[in-house]
Amino acid sequence: MKTSSIVILVAIAAAIGTLLMYSVNFSTYDTIQSARAKQGRYVHLIARLDRSKPIQYDALKDPNYLSFYAIDSLGATTQVIYHNTEPEEFEHSDRIVLKGQMKGNVFQCDEILMKCPSKYKDDKAQLQKTVSQQ
Amino acid sequence: MKFEGEHLFPGQLGHFFVLLALVTSLLSLTAYITASVKTDEAAKRAWIRFARGAFLIQFGALVTVFITIYYICSHHYFEYLYAYKHASRDLEPKYLLACIWEGQEGSFLLWSLWQGVLGTLLILTAKKREASIMSVLATAQVMLILMIIGIYFGDTRIGSSPFVLTRNELQGPIFGMSNYLSYIQDGVGLNVLLRNYWMVIHPPVLFLGFASTIVPVGFAYSSLISGNFGDWVKPALPWTLLSCTILGTGIMMGGKWAYESLSFGGYWAWDPVENASFVPWLILVAGLHAMLIYNATSNALRASFLFIILGYFFVLYSTFLTRTGILGDTSVHAFTEAGLAMNVLILVYVAVVSVPLLVLLFTRYPRIPAPRQEENISAREFWMFIGSLILFLSALFIISITSLPVYNKIFGTNYAEPPDREFAYNKVLVLIAFLLGLLTGLSQYLKYRKTPASYLWRKTVLPLVLAAAFTLAMIFFYPITYIKKGPGFLVAIYLALFGSVFSALANGLYLKSVLKNNLKAGGAAIAHFGFALMITGMLISSANKNVISDNRKTGLFFQFGKDPTGREENDPVENLTLVKNVPTQMGPYVVTYVSDSAARERNRVFYKIHFKKINPATGADDENFYLNEDVYEMKGSGLSSHPGGRHYLSHDLFTYISSASIRNPVDDTARFVTHEMHIGDTSFYSRGYVVLREIEKNPDSGRFHFSHSDTALAADLIVHARDSSVYKAVPALYVSDNALKFIDDTLVRENLYLRLEGLSNDRKFRIGIKESDALTDFITLKAYVFPYIALVWAGLLIMVAGFIISIARRVKAANFITALCVIGVLAGLFYMFFLANS
Repeated sequence: MKTSSIVILVAIAAAIGTLLMYSVNFSTYDTIQSARAKQGRYVHLIARLDRSKPIQYDALKDPNYLSFYAIDSLGATTQVIYHNTEPEEFEHSDRIVLKGQMKGNVFQCDEILMKCPSKYKDDKAQLQKTVSQQ
Repeated sequence: MKFEGEHLFPGQLGHFFVLLALVTSLLSLTAYITASVKTDEAAKRAWIRFARGAFLIQFGALVTVFITIYYICSHHYFEYLYAYKHASRDLEPKYLLACIWEGQEGSFLLWSLWQGVLGTLLILTAKKREASIMSVLATAQVMLILMIIGIYFGDTRIGSSPFVLTRNELQGPIFGMSNYLSYIQDGVGLNVLLRNYWMVIHPPVLFLGFASTIVPVGFAYSSLISGNFGDWVKPALPWTLLSCTILGTGIMMGGKWAYESLSFGGYWAWDPVENASFVPWLILVAGLHAMLIYNATSNALRASFLFIILGYFFVLYSTFLTRTGILGDTSVHAFTEAGLAMNVLILVYVAVVSVPLLVLLFTRYPRIPAPRQEENISAREFWMFIGSLILFLSALFIISITSLPVYNKIFGTNYAEPPDREFAYNKVLVLIAFLLGLLTGLSQYLKYRKTPASYLWRKTVLPLVLAAAFTLAMIFFYPITYIKKGPGFLVAIYLALFGSVFSALANGLYLKSVLKNNLKAGGAAIAHFGFALMITGMLISSANKNVISDNRKTGLFFQFGKDPTGREENDPVENLTLVKNVPTQMGPYVVTYVSDSAARERNRVFYKIHFKKINPATGADDENFYLNEDVYEMKGSGLSSHPGGRHYLSHDLFTYISSASIRNPVDDTARFVTHEMHIGDTSFYSRGYVVLREIEKNPDSGRFHFSHSDTALAADLIVHARDSSVYKAVPALYVSDNALKFIDDTLVRENLYLRLEGLSNDRKFRIGIKESDALTDFITLKAYVFPYIALVWAGLLIMVAGFIISIARRVKAANFITALCVIGVLAGLFYMFFLANS
């Protein structure tokens, strides 16, 4: 290979490497408490739906406003506002991952990822529950 | 205890055949390895004959296993956990097939079946390489069969058998009864999200794609151990092409599926599961180009080995990512946590097949010939190599971000994905698209070894100028509207558009002028043309994707500044509420939720939505159509939606129901209060009053179409609400089958139900007024317009055609066979991508 070829290869590799570095902008997994300490920072909360508190969604008033409470494994709770409809099987979810940021005492959420018992059939406990209910 | 009603024979049969498959696969592996080290020709042939027999028996056994599972599922033998988990009585036969590969065991079985098919083809065609290629394939086969073996070594269960019994796996009071089966009325069934014909087609194609990547690796291995390092490339080329074609098609089928039937709002979301199949494809394509370079110039042999083997390594790595549950929280598709033993087994599989290959490559690497001659910068091979390198590096970039959960596991960190995942990938890949566009366009006009500059310039100036003109025209007449990521990204999108349009033009012109329409030699140009078209379609359809249900555009529900919910300007407002029978403006359409009806399947509801587009100049209807959408209502308030859509040449209109009112008539305790009225009389309700304007006999206008032979009356009512709005309502009654039927009218805004109940004795009309507290029927709709998305699918089809032509040329197929293959495959794909779901 000519030196010029090698130079071009190295340049391309370097360019892509730079882009890579520049794009590494990872978020973090947090608890509700640690997210509160990071006001305005984009985080992933691992929590579950707090079923003892109301889920507020009224499509006739505003179809893009869902408010509910999430509780994490340490017992902390927070109100969550999600500007969208209730995701599929939301109320059955075991565990939810909330992507967004804490603003004051409210978690402003852009995306909800869920683990649902029905999607996760290999969850034995759930299957046992289903089979016993028949 | 003796259990009643069980069918244990199919399971025992199936289990026997799994064991038979394992034993014979081990035998064929041993025999092939022995054959590949034997130098004595006669002994070698004898071992190969034995190995072939064992392999074919193994293949037959796997087919039997597959049939047995299908039998169990289609007969609803819920005593088997697999049938209980994946099948249900309301499943159509095609979904019974799909429920086999919904489960982990079924998908590994599918993979091993395809390897059986490929192995049989190799037995027929591989000649002197058979023993070494098949040793690689048989190793993978042993590992895959281990995944479904389900036998205990001590306390550890190896693999997971599809034939385990429900009562052995689950605990519950009913399993203490001998007639427990009579309590299991139905299986859990196929996840409603997956009830789609793509679920029937996509997994087999994708798994054939995955399975086929082992074939070029087998060829590479045969040369690594024989020491004739270069002689595998030529015979392996058609296989590599085939693998690229099938894997590419499978990936895009997944995209089409996500696009049209899952409510993800697009065909590609950079989800880890999607990436896991895309990365091997990229590396495989890099390998393909390296092989082509070697074939033409004897350069890039080391790269060919490296890319082909790494491509397969990433197939296995992606299996590890998607099947062990390690992706967990990062993917919407991710499969389940399979249990520790299974995860270890998958890890062992990755290691057993790929590590020895990589070690072998590493030790032989110095001996692989690499010519030291000068490479000219105007040579085609140089730029092709750059192209492969870019593909390879972009694959590494994608997988390094996707592997985040693996780093977290290894280093105990808790990093999560970047805030805007799609942008994190797109901002790099959009530049890759630009570079690839330039390279795939220019390198067609480069010659191997050296290209005269004047030739290159003469040939490429036209497509360059045209592409630039096209891009400029777009800026002025159809600008990219994706501006939320700033001007830098906007420029990058235009650059990528320029690159891909240039590539499409350059390859098209190349076919026309250089090859003089010799399609047979033009496989590469056609494939690149299709690829460029696909990228162009992707850029336009994603960058100018328009959420027409966005409330900011419809002007509904949205108040700037004083929003009580604390909404900020850039919070999404993408769902639009449609109240039944209330026409609502949505983008260019007036949309009305007309009706809903229950379907045959449990909990499935069809919604009929009317769309009307009025020409602002003439006032006439430009378009007038209904879309049918359906949802599965889940327990509670959730639902799972099947979108509706309408395809145009220039764009797709795509809508899905994101939530719906819960209809529960029992809750509605309000009753009709009867008011007797003459024409012109007024009656009051709590929030206003109703005037009876007229009674019409057998009305034939508006909602009603009665004829003279009917007995029907309609009351023309005017409702004056307290907020001084005025509504018209026309309830009706008619006689049918000797019974009186009512067609009530509803004023949803007033929660008012109106009924014409009949005539009173003193010739007054009886008008029933009901004020309801119950929710009115409504749905919320999300609607997108994807412009020029047809280019994506058309580009894919053209690319596939190019691949097939190249394969046919490499295997020296007769012209009519080539034509037949191209037409057959294209017809099939055209049906799937353009007709089947519209």
